[in-house]
Amino acid sequence: MSWNAMRDVLSIATLDTLFMVWWSTVWAVIGGLPIGILLVLTGPGRQLQNSPVNKVLGAIVNIGRSIPFLILIIALIPFTRYLIGTASGPSAAVVPLAIGAIPFFARLVETAVREVDGGLVEAAQSMGGGTWTIIFKVLLPQALPSLIAGLVNTIVTLISYSAMAGAVGAGGLGSVAITYGQQRNDMRFVGVTVVLIVIIVTVIQLIGDLVVRRLSARGSRASAPVRLLKSPKSRTAAPDPEPEARADTAKVRETADEAA
Amino acid sequence: MTDIPVITTTGLTKVYRSGDREVTALDGVDLHVREGEVYGVIGQSGAGKSTLIRCVNLLERPTSGTVTVAGQDLTALAGSGQRANPALRAARSHIGMVFQHFNLLSSRTVQDNIEFPLEILKVSRRERRRKALELLDLVGLADKAKAYPAQLSGGQKQRVGIARALAGDPKVLLSDEATSALDPETTRSILQLLRDLNRQLGLTVLLITHEMDVVKSICDSAALMKGGRVVEQGTVSELLATPGSELATELFPVTGDASADDRTVVDVTFHGEAATEPVISTLSRTYNVDVSILGAAMDTVAGKQIGRMRIELPGRFEDNVVPIGFLREQGLQVDVVERGTPNAASAAVLTKEVAK
Repeated sequence: MSWNAMRDVLSIATLDTLFMVWWSTVWAVIGGLPIGILLVLTGPGRQLQNSPVNKVLGAIVNIGRSIPFLILIIALIPFTRYLIGTASGPSAAVVPLAIGAIPFFARLVETAVREVDGGLVEAAQSMGGGTWTIIFKVLLPQALPSLIAGLVNTIVTLISYSAMAGAVGAGGLGSVAITYGQQRNDMRFVGVTVVLIVIIVTVIQLIGDLVVRRLSARGSRASAPVRLLKSPKSRTAAPDPEPEARADTAKVRETADEAA
Repeated sequence: MTDIPVITTTGLTKVYRSGDREVTALDGVDLHVREGEVYGVIGQSGAGKSTLIRCVNLLERPTSGTVTVAGQDLTALAGSGQRANPALRAARSHIGMVFQHFNLLSSRTVQDNIEFPLEILKVSRRERRRKALELLDLVGLADKAKAYPAQLSGGQKQRVGIARALAGDPKVLLSDEATSALDPETTRSILQLLRDLNRQLGLTVLLITHEMDVVKSICDSAALMKGGRVVEQGTVSELLATPGSELATELFPVTGDASADDRTVVDVTFHGEAATEPVISTLSRTYNVDVSILGAAMDTVAGKQIGRMRIELPGRFEDNVVPIGFLREQGLQVDVVERGTPNAASAAVLTKEVAK
């Protein structure tokens, strides 16, 4: 196969992979975020304490997480066919991917939200805040860095799941590696798909890390990558509203003084 | 200060159950905090202070008993459900609270932290901003509006916490060990701020602490808690008038040897009602006795003297009946310190307990 033909196949496959990962991530957030928050809030001593709901949710999440993904795809074929009309192709693959990712993300949300200092919740309660206030103004903003980190983990997991889905006819980079690499014995395809997947994962991880650092650097001395993004010049010249930048400016001046 | 009670608890009891075990954190606490006063509750850790202050705004639901704040019976308001209903939440928004560990949202700037309670009260953005900046000015942090909590010192964080607690224009401020995480100097400045707010805004402050210094420096009234019970309470002068009061001994410690064959040692207690004449020198001149002051712990509040003094008069008690009678006539409480009086010893024990 010529490189040109290969490029067409690979670009379509890459777009398919990104399509599957994007939509299953969207559904993972829509489904996993509320479940994760409910898992915390229905726990003992929390605002919505409700032992039965907590136990049932916990059990569902555990079951969802323990089913191997390949089996989940097969088990969900009738459901997928009912929902999408077919069980193959990228759109159909979104169904098992999303259902596999929801409990995964829910657990990560639970961990992130549980780590928010109980004192903050108490403070919000003492101001007359209700459950919605606590969720939207305390728990989610305070857990945001961990939530983003969890989201990145979920996306990376979904990328590898999507390759697995490719094995059963979902399309995308995984199926390219199997149909061209394994069945036609063209090892170039295997190499290129691996490289492409590594690139996608790396880019997502880098962006995620940056966002997380950015968020958790609020107020504290900003970490190195954040500083790399802004030139020292713009920081000193522009009236930057962010105090972390101001702290940086002071630091930059210090270093400049030392250098002089 | 008026005599109107602004916080009243009656028979407040809180029992924690875990499995078969029961722990009684509060055991029938009756507290009366009057409008405009600074009221300190002191006790060791585990005495139930934290549970008590959390019961006042019902962050903890008392097992039995009632809590009335500014004329509102919160326990009746709250109903029986575990979740805070809108009526209770509305009442809470007018009770400010500051915390030992400040509990500021690290994801928000100082100004946004102060705006938080106003967001809950659905105040408009412009009004929130105006109020937040005004409060920052009040607590002396006008230049820190855009800073994040992580950039502030402990004292500054607590000032933000206080500003936030005042955003809902509360009549009552609850302070949960607000200075316990701060160094002595910062503690003094935060206490001074609380005192100023108490005077300027007529704010009633209920604070809990394990530090006697806090009670000493700003409280008008105090209560001592032990094992879930209030064992002593009253205004500082009422406590002084109570014979054997641990709090009074602790607040106004006096030292010095007890009486012997050739001398009479007496403790003179000034309740604040006595005229401010120089009693001791009048005594000395009128009866021609040499008075030595062995120890004293005195405060002058609004021109009135409050505190204790241990003085020594020459000769046995029988020789000093007249001068002692003179002191009593002046409206002072006079107790003869006999040999073996456990006064000083018990004070030392309490100090150790409190220090722990």
